[in-house]
Amino acid sequence: MKHLEEFRQVVNQSFGYARQLKKDSGKKIVGYVCSYTPEEVILAAGAHPLRILGTKETIHLADSHLQSYCCSLVRGILEEGLSGRVDFLDGMVFPHTCDSVQRLSDIWRMNIPFGFHLDLILPVKLDTLSAQHYMVDVLQKFRTDLGRALQVDITDEALKKAIRTTNAIRQSIRAIYELRSRNPRLMTGTDLYTLVRASMIMDRDRLNILLAETVAELKVKADREKEDTSLKRIILAGGICNHPDIYPMIENAGGAVVWDDFCTGARYFTELIDEGAEPIARIAGRLINRVVCPAKHIDLDGRARHIIRLVKEKNARGVIFLLLKFCDPHAFDYPDIKKSMDEAGIPVMLLEIDDPIPAEGQLKTRFEAFLEML
Amino acid sequence: MSDIKLELDKRKTKLEKKMQNIMAGYYIDAKMARQNNKKVAWITSGGPVEPLLAMDVIAVYPENHGAMIGASKMGVDLCEKAEAMGYSSDLCSYARADIACCTVNGGPIGGLPEPDMLVCCNNICGSVMKWYEVQARHFKVPLFIYDTPVCHTDYTPEMKRYVEAQTREYFQFLEHETGRKMDIDRLKEIGKNSVEGAQLWQETLDTTMSRPSPMTAFDAFFHLALIVTLRGTPQTLEYYRELRDLMKERSQAGIGAVPKETYRLLWDNLPIWHRMKWLSDKFAEHGACLVADTYTSAWCGIKRELNRDDVIASAAEGYTYSYLNLGTDKMAELVLTMVDKYQVDGIVMHSNRSCRPYSFGQYDLQKIVEREKGIPSLMIEADMVDDRSFSESQVATRIEAFIEMLRQRKGA
Repeated sequence: MKHLEEFRQVVNQSFGYARQLKKDSGKKIVGYVCSYTPEEVILAAGAHPLRILGTKETIHLADSHLQSYCCSLVRGILEEGLSGRVDFLDGMVFPHTCDSVQRLSDIWRMNIPFGFHLDLILPVKLDTLSAQHYMVDVLQKFRTDLGRALQVDITDEALKKAIRTTNAIRQSIRAIYELRSRNPRLMTGTDLYTLVRASMIMDRDRLNILLAETVAELKVKADREKEDTSLKRIILAGGICNHPDIYPMIENAGGAVVWDDFCTGARYFTELIDEGAEPIARIAGRLINRVVCPAKHIDLDGRARHIIRLVKEKNARGVIFLLLKFCDPHAFDYPDIKKSMDEAGIPVMLLEIDDPIPAEGQLKTRFEAFLEML
Repeated sequence: MSDIKLELDKRKTKLEKKMQNIMAGYYIDAKMARQNNKKVAWITSGGPVEPLLAMDVIAVYPENHGAMIGASKMGVDLCEKAEAMGYSSDLCSYARADIACCTVNGGPIGGLPEPDMLVCCNNICGSVMKWYEVQARHFKVPLFIYDTPVCHTDYTPEMKRYVEAQTREYFQFLEHETGRKMDIDRLKEIGKNSVEGAQLWQETLDTTMSRPSPMTAFDAFFHLALIVTLRGTPQTLEYYRELRDLMKERSQAGIGAVPKETYRLLWDNLPIWHRMKWLSDKFAEHGACLVADTYTSAWCGIKRELNRDDVIASAAEGYTYSYLNLGTDKMAELVLTMVDKYQVDGIVMHSNRSCRPYSFGQYDLQKIVEREKGIPSLMIEADMVDDRSFSESQVATRIEAFIEMLRQRKGA
């Protein structure tokens, strides 16, 4: 893959990359913590959206603000702020997600001196008309607040342009997922992770070009290479996945991850935005229709149905749930989803992950045992 | 003096008995609902119960049930059952205990009466929504979510429109479920009672401003049950009037809840239900009185807004702008006010594994109180229901060290 090296560099040096981008382009950098953040509004303000995901560094500072029973994602994000590693940020956006992110927003606001701080209090339920109206209202407010913080007027035209950009990005990532789902040998799981992770960090115009070229490259490769039918096709599900080491372990055990239900994966690119008038209402429409995060409510069994549908569509043989320790919304959903999977005859493995993840040997054995069973 | 004390103690015991009888009667009524052609709704502790009462629906509180499970030390058994069902041991222990209880009809009252509907207000946490989704699937009954956006810094006009719309939807939901029309005049009457009940509750809690304090936070945890479960009813008003008067008399007679009250402390977070007596004795033994707490006073603030004429607007704001739905700094402001009001020497914080929105931010709260008021705090790591990780000896040592520090500061 021609652009893989560039994606890798971006992911390995995400903050260095963002600092450089700020210096070179003069763009303001706006950090965010959840995939419900409307990147389009940030782009339309002429700023650069950067998703902050935990930390790879040792925790030194966040422990004096958060108890031991807080998830590593929230703790890691706070650590990045407290350590000053993200002091290049011009601001942070905190969409209301779960109880832990709710308090993360407060603790950040009270302790981090740099950048503006914006709460985006999205509706928690999405299935009623009033919630949908509120979604539009609150996005309009976000547009005003962000425009004020960045001292720009966010126009409809700029929003429409941003929508075209993110739609193109989402279409390309989806195309790559689909090509790879048909033939997992096209690229490793780690490389796919790298590409998707890079798309939350990189300049979106540059990203758009690289992704389009990657799609073209993979299409050619797909035509040439024969599909490997011996692989045990797996779907990963859960909240976030920031552990690329997991993919080679699954692959070495004879499996292939052919799709996922992560907010750092397929949930990030599913659903496009209508490119019509009233762009804010269109963005709201996508946030309501996209695959739901369990911290939000749209119905009682939609997530189970979605994962079962994915298994059938992608012809997968099993699902591995990677659940982040202390992530309440996912932990509450799991037993009933597991029951639905059992009823549908789909084998399931549950792996609770924390930072750091369990030793490789231990994980490898578990993956092997599960794949063996399929 | 001792004669008065004897008489007042007798009245206190009588009142506690009365509370137990009211609660027993309430649960019997709830369990008999079907026979009496009444509907049962399960509702979250911070949820808008007044419309249910106005519709003659019996409101049942799984959280109150959770507290009873904890207090009767049946928490571990039920939590373990939930874990066997696949629920992580890191989840809220109220939720775990309740979810398990439904499958075995266990617990101190043999399980709650089955719901005809579920009403979930997320002004206390996001966990309640997930918990109620589980129950909606289990019982196959309709779920109404009253979504109260978090007021980190403000209650904005957007939120106001949204929550007011939901208040109207809530009425429609109840009209649909009960087949009757919402009686707004009756609702206003109940709302008025709720406000009065909250006012009486506040006046009761305020009797602890006197030295020595006539009651402790542990008493408040006990007497709280009615303002949670039966607020808006005349018997609640009567009960709290009696309680307030009794506490006033105790304070006038100079009778303290703790012998030789030396230190006045503030409690933060939910009670540790499984160690109420143990903790109460531990503190009392050192002359430390927990004179106030952030938990039971939450039921005073919520209802302040309900007094206005526009039921929909005032309910919306009152239920949204509530303690746990505010930013950590706003919560800290309230704590600072309480420190002054009740003249406390220190804060005891229950770092509650079960409750993330209450517990995260406590370290910051601790620093703020120390900085602004110069008073120390003690952090107790525990869980409100699940006592598997609770170590009495460890906690006792920490309490003793804390008291020793207070003693030295007082001496200085």
